[in-house]
Amino acid sequence: MRPLLSKARAPGRAAVLRHGGYSRRQVYLLFLLPALLVIFAVIIFPWLFTIWMSLNDWQIGMQQSFIGFANFQKLATDTRFLETIPRTLFFTVLGVVAPLIFGVFAAEVFHQHFPLRGLLRGIYIMPMMTTPVAIALIFIMMYHPQLGVLNYLLSLIGIPPQLWIYDKNTVIPALVLVETWQWTPLVMLIVLGGLAALPTEPYESALIDGASRWDMFRFITLPLVTPFLMVAVIIRTIDALKSFDIIFVMTQGGPGTASETINIYLYLQAFAFFNIGHASAVVIVFFVIILTLAIILLAARERLRWTQ
Amino acid sequence: MATRSVSRRDFLRIAATAGAGLAALPLLANCTPTPAEAPKAAPPTAAPAQAPAPSKPAAFDWQRFKGEKIEVTFTMGNMVDVLMKYHKEFEDLTGITVGAEQVPEQQARQKQVMEFNAGATSFDVCHYSYHVHKRLFAKNKWTVDLREYLNDPTMTPPDFDWDDFSGGAKAYATDSEGRICSIPIKIDFWMLYWNKELFEAKGVAYPKTFDEMLEAAKKLHDPAKNVVGFLARGLKNANVPVWTHLMQGWGVDPIDAKGNFYTESPEAIEAAKLYQSLLKNYSSPGVSGFNWNECQSAFALGQAAMWQDGIGFATPLEDKTKSKIFGKVGYGVFPKGPKAQHSAMFGDGIGVSSYSKKKGPAYYYCLWATNKVNQLRVLQAGAAVPPRSSALSNPDRAQGSTMPGEYFECLEGSGKILRAGLPEIIPVTEFRDIFGIALTNIIGGADPAAELKKATADFKPIYEKSEKG
Repeated sequence: MRPLLSKARAPGRAAVLRHGGYSRRQVYLLFLLPALLVIFAVIIFPWLFTIWMSLNDWQIGMQQSFIGFANFQKLATDTRFLETIPRTLFFTVLGVVAPLIFGVFAAEVFHQHFPLRGLLRGIYIMPMMTTPVAIALIFIMMYHPQLGVLNYLLSLIGIPPQLWIYDKNTVIPALVLVETWQWTPLVMLIVLGGLAALPTEPYESALIDGASRWDMFRFITLPLVTPFLMVAVIIRTIDALKSFDIIFVMTQGGPGTASETINIYLYLQAFAFFNIGHASAVVIVFFVIILTLAIILLAARERLRWTQ
Repeated sequence: MATRSVSRRDFLRIAATAGAGLAALPLLANCTPTPAEAPKAAPPTAAPAQAPAPSKPAAFDWQRFKGEKIEVTFTMGNMVDVLMKYHKEFEDLTGITVGAEQVPEQQARQKQVMEFNAGATSFDVCHYSYHVHKRLFAKNKWTVDLREYLNDPTMTPPDFDWDDFSGGAKAYATDSEGRICSIPIKIDFWMLYWNKELFEAKGVAYPKTFDEMLEAAKKLHDPAKNVVGFLARGLKNANVPVWTHLMQGWGVDPIDAKGNFYTESPEAIEAAKLYQSLLKNYSSPGVSGFNWNECQSAFALGQAAMWQDGIGFATPLEDKTKSKIFGKVGYGVFPKGPKAQHSAMFGDGIGVSSYSKKKGPAYYYCLWATNKVNQLRVLQAGAAVPPRSSALSNPDRAQGSTMPGEYFECLEGSGKILRAGLPEIIPVTEFRDIFGIALTNIIGGADPAAELKKATADFKPIYEKSEKG
């Protein structure tokens, strides 16, 4: 305290003297303390604790012991875990691309002027607002091989019944179909915002030059909405990577492990087997995967930004 | 609060004096009255025939913990609905207030383990599955050893009758050190549902052996009419009891009490081959993704000739609004295997949390929930199979029930050939997961011996670690 006071009393430093000799900067830091405490409690501490748990052989109801990086070494040789990585990426790629295609198409349609456009837009975004578990339960009924309405509809056009989520070869596309149905409206909304912000001059010039609608879409609309599409891609990628509720309710990772993504594997380890140490190691690996993908996508977005 | 309890006491006194109150409160009739009330209570001869007369009416004080409040956590189910409907009876009888919650099965299991592990539980009484958590709970002594209470006449009324519980249920509730960790509250028998109409249409008799069952499935399987011969769970984890139940037909359990593995024995492989034949050739397409609910829906719509599962799923089949085969359902004791005939048994218990500060009131709740009257109620409602012999053999068991006589006959028959459906091990969830994946692959055409060998190799280290830990 003493040195601070004597420094503060020096000529030219009077302005920083406040509150019993504390500097303005020190007082400001005091105001930051509650926020720092909250950040520590809800972000930093859970992370540190997760890292600590991942370094332990920790199963609920059993003795806990420090094992260093053994959980990570085990993950590197765990074929079941390793299989979940390409499966998760496959699910993610399909879960991003399909809503993107349908979302852009829907945005193009809803960008046009036609009667009841507002009402239809409202109806179109309803799946996005529906509870995923409710959606999953409805699709389970629709996908039932014997009782489901989808196979009935297919039979009307002469297509043989499909097994949908009940077959290891079709389960991922069938799950992606549900994701697509739910999240296409989100992409549509983002792209629609982009379309509304586009300048009209390039289209007028293209019309004068005799460009077709497809040419205008291909050479004007698409390049101009690409930055908006990148936003949609980033949001959808993170969402699809994290996807849990629909998969868990519909297949629990089955048949066998055919739809077991990293999240499902993580859930089983943590909350079915109570293998907390192992699950924490999975969390850290999963975080690194998400972080890497996010950095790549953000860098791509920077490159595709509109420039003067 | 005081006013409320006095009026309740007054009511009970008047009811007892008049000899009519007990008839309105069957539970009270089943239990001995409090010492203070005993001289004024109705004599044993006045008790309704439904409830056994207490041997020492004056000995037991139900109001000992009056004014306390307890919390009960239940795994969601029809049985719990029945019990909760009568909670007022318990509160009137004991003066204890009950707060109860129902949590879906998977979440209930997580909640209980997490809270016990944290060393503080939000509940005083917990309802848990023996086939999943018996060993884990017992190892950590998470529930109170009830032997002291059961042997204490001031804590347990004489008419509670511990010996009324079936031997299998009592064994389920008792750990390897002889501690009674809970009171059995329900059991589930595995049997064979069969569609009488489909059987009659093709002149097929109910199968008595595994060979006949396979033959019947073959004859009744008719994809052109959207009918399958046989249904059972194919979804990983859920499918394991189907296989272990079949294995019992060869007189073998996957892991015995000494920890010996039979999961890749010739008997286990034969059972897996039968499972493969039934589900791959004569079952629904996509059965490898079916849990009990998909099987139940298809069977209730008349699209399956046979369905192997627990008898606890029978109630909707006898509901005209939900079942297309109402009145046509057969309930069969599971056919005999090459070496033995068994019904796989699963069970739940209700115990007192070791971390509860209200162990006495919590124990009183366990006594009430598993008493003879409530066990009979649960059976009559078709909500669960009670572990009490008196309920199963009660002549009134079908009174007010929507279930047909054959259902009760199946219960009785299956009750004679019970055998635990899953091994009593700590990592039972991992066991179901690993062997469940193997079975799903087997339905898909994989070699049963190779799959079981791999699953055994994967599971053994987990089991060995759990036994050391």
